[in-house]
Amino acid sequence: MTNSSHINVRNLSVFYNNTPALENISVTVPDKKITVIIGPSGCGKSTLLRSFNRLLETDAGVRLTGEVFVDTEDIYRPGVEPTHIRKKMGLLAQKPCPLPMSIFDNVAFGPRIHGKRNRTHLQAIVRYYLKQASLWEEVKNRLHEPASSLSIGQQQRLCLARGLAVRPEIILGDEPTSALDPHSSRRIEEKFLQLKNKYTIILVTHILRQARRLADYVVFLYCGKLIEHGPVDEVFNHPRQKLTKEYISGTVS
Amino acid sequence: MDSRKKTMLLKEKIIKNCMCFCAFFLAGLLVFIIVVILAKGLPALQLSMLVQTPKGGFYTGGEGGILNAIAGSLCIAVGATVIAFFIGIPIVLFINVHAKKHSILAGGIRFTFNVLWGIPSIVYGAFGFTCMVFLGLKASLLAGIMVIALIEIPILARAVDEVLQHVPAELSSAAAGLGATNGEVAWKVIIRQVTPGIITAVLLAFSRGIGDAAAVLFTAGFSDYLPESLLQPVATLPLAIFFQLGSPFPRVQNRAYASALVLTIMVLLISVAARYFSKKLSRHRIENI
Amino acid sequence: MRNIRLIKNEIGVLIMKTLAGGIVLLLVVMGIGLFLRSRGLVSSRSIGELLFATQWRPSRGEFAYFAFIVGTLEVTVYALIPAVPFALCTAIYLSEYANKRTLAFFKSIIDILASIPSVIFGLWGVLVIVPLVKQSEAFFTGGMGTGYSLLSAALVLAVMILPFIIHIILAVLQSISLSLREAALSLGATQWQTIKKVVLRRALPGIIAACGLGLARAFGETMAVMMVAGNIAQLPLSPFEPVYTLPALIANNYGEMFSIPLYDSALMFAAFILFVVVLFFNVISWLVLNRVKRRV
Repeated sequence: MTNSSHINVRNLSVFYNNTPALENISVTVPDKKITVIIGPSGCGKSTLLRSFNRLLETDAGVRLTGEVFVDTEDIYRPGVEPTHIRKKMGLLAQKPCPLPMSIFDNVAFGPRIHGKRNRTHLQAIVRYYLKQASLWEEVKNRLHEPASSLSIGQQQRLCLARGLAVRPEIILGDEPTSALDPHSSRRIEEKFLQLKNKYTIILVTHILRQARRLADYVVFLYCGKLIEHGPVDEVFNHPRQKLTKEYISGTVS
Repeated sequence: MDSRKKTMLLKEKIIKNCMCFCAFFLAGLLVFIIVVILAKGLPALQLSMLVQTPKGGFYTGGEGGILNAIAGSLCIAVGATVIAFFIGIPIVLFINVHAKKHSILAGGIRFTFNVLWGIPSIVYGAFGFTCMVFLGLKASLLAGIMVIALIEIPILARAVDEVLQHVPAELSSAAAGLGATNGEVAWKVIIRQVTPGIITAVLLAFSRGIGDAAAVLFTAGFSDYLPESLLQPVATLPLAIFFQLGSPFPRVQNRAYASALVLTIMVLLISVAARYFSKKLSRHRIENI
Repeated sequence: MRNIRLIKNEIGVLIMKTLAGGIVLLLVVMGIGLFLRSRGLVSSRSIGELLFATQWRPSRGEFAYFAFIVGTLEVTVYALIPAVPFALCTAIYLSEYANKRTLAFFKSIIDILASIPSVIFGLWGVLVIVPLVKQSEAFFTGGMGTGYSLLSAALVLAVMILPFIIHIILAVLQSISLSLREAALSLGATQWQTIKKVVLRRALPGIIAACGLGLARAFGETMAVMMVAGNIAQLPLSPFEPVYTLPALIANNYGEMFSIPLYDSALMFAAFILFVVVLFFNVISWLVLNRVKRRV
């Protein structure tokens, strides 16, 4: 199995006001595969995810040591622009957060700030990515209505389209279906499976079944420490650590 | 046991009714004030007052109107509000988007705004006056605009800051996650979310700008003519009311009441407009689910 | 190569920081400026003489602020006495008893009341309060005053600062978390008991801070007070006698500032006193309010 890695984390530790949130994490995320980060609530999954696109540092009191290499470039090296890194990553948050503008402007926001001004070009971009997110049919006649008028499932797909429109290489998903009904959840999951051929995907979830359905590679965090990581088959069916076994079987939560 | 419970419930009821009475008494006060101004001002209000400037002997009973004051107040308020907007909004966006929340810098600036907000307008006027003397400026429209702008900045900033603090944090994250710079997040995303709040804040500051007398006393002077240049003194509506009221002639005093009615109506209209526009412009706002 | 977006961002940040610095500087410059302008007077008299003597005869070079300081204090305190309990009751009603629609309605009322200009309140005072006070004086004490008095000023001022104090106390009460009230209620306390023993106790520092801010606001109020207070420099023996406040002093006499030597410094010194007192109350009150916010 070719294991070219896209993200390489080395000795990453994160502190919130001197309380450790992540302790000495070293892991590699394989390229063009779905990696799922599992673990109980509050044990650092979202923290790890947000350290990838440098959104973590916008929180107050955050201190970070270690290195995160994306394509062999340490994104925390002094002098690296966060906006450049964030463009490489698309983030799908737990609660869909449409921007306060029309549906069209939401998707066009990213391309616009990165320089695309041509009206026809933007229209084509919006159409393409709304189709990619399987939202086009439902909104094609009301592109200029406020994004807040969509249902929550539609909003999450809108956020997906918006994130894809900046042409990232990596898609980050922070419990992207936990606020959605089962039908919308399933659609988002299908999307991820379709997209994995073109993007590296990293998801955080506390639903083990979802991890099993989607993952190629699994990372298990517990209380800020990395317990185990590996291909999905290994971690779920032949876990090496006792804690992993207990978590997966449901005895520990 | 039962009678004790009854007295307790009665006590609760009395207390609640007392407090309720206070609130409604307050509303009654407002209505009373407006009614008094209306009652005294309406009979004396004529169209000629609104469209003419004072002619000779206006303050002793002659002909004319208060157009000079209306125009002067509007000029000062518009100029001051524009300045306050372009100084206040960037600062407030800065402390909410660029600076880390709860940082000392943000806290210090907020504190300064709060303190500046509480300084009485006569002190601003006196300070403005010292600056004018220092710079060799005379009482003028420009000086009036600058002092009122200083007064309006904390008002505008505090109101917008309050709205900005209620913006959900995920919104900034979402925009930043798409690769936007802080400036783009602030000016392209956050501003749209708080547009209704900004409108309300602007109108609130504007309202203060036309109604303030103590600060323009020193700095804008007074004049019987329409505002023509930035360096000439200019009339303001509150001062026009004040001067007319001080006259011994009943005809002029009645005009004072009418002028007061005009000012009150302007302020009330602005209040209503603030409410209306803030509802109308919240089309694209996202609400917290 | 830095692209243009980042450069724009950096320029923007620089501008914002400069503006912010300017604002902070403003406060400092204000205090210094006023003090410097009053140096003419301050350098030639002792502080004790200025603040505690009572003679105000500018043409004779006698400047003493005691009557004005006391006058301003009296008007302020007399205004707070009715205003604070009233504001407290209203705020408690709005935050604890009223439903959402009532709350929104009254918030509008408070906002509108707060935006009415000072002159209008003054005019209302002249039309309504002054005759009322004049009649009350005749009725209660048989006196023959004009009605332009400490009492009139206090009443008008009370109405003016009501919306202000209500707004702040309401904000403090609303910031106290619902779960605190629920905890008390679930122990069997009645609504008033909950309010009295739990909510108000928590809110007390905030309420005191609101009073401090109200005091500062009342202290500096010019136009309305000037129109109904009578403006005679004396230490009033009864509330029906006229009083002269510092702001009224400045506003009434600015026209003659340059005609009498040292008069301009004297008025600037009055402004400086105002600045210092208001600054003091503001800083303390906001420090308390910040601590209250942080605790919640």
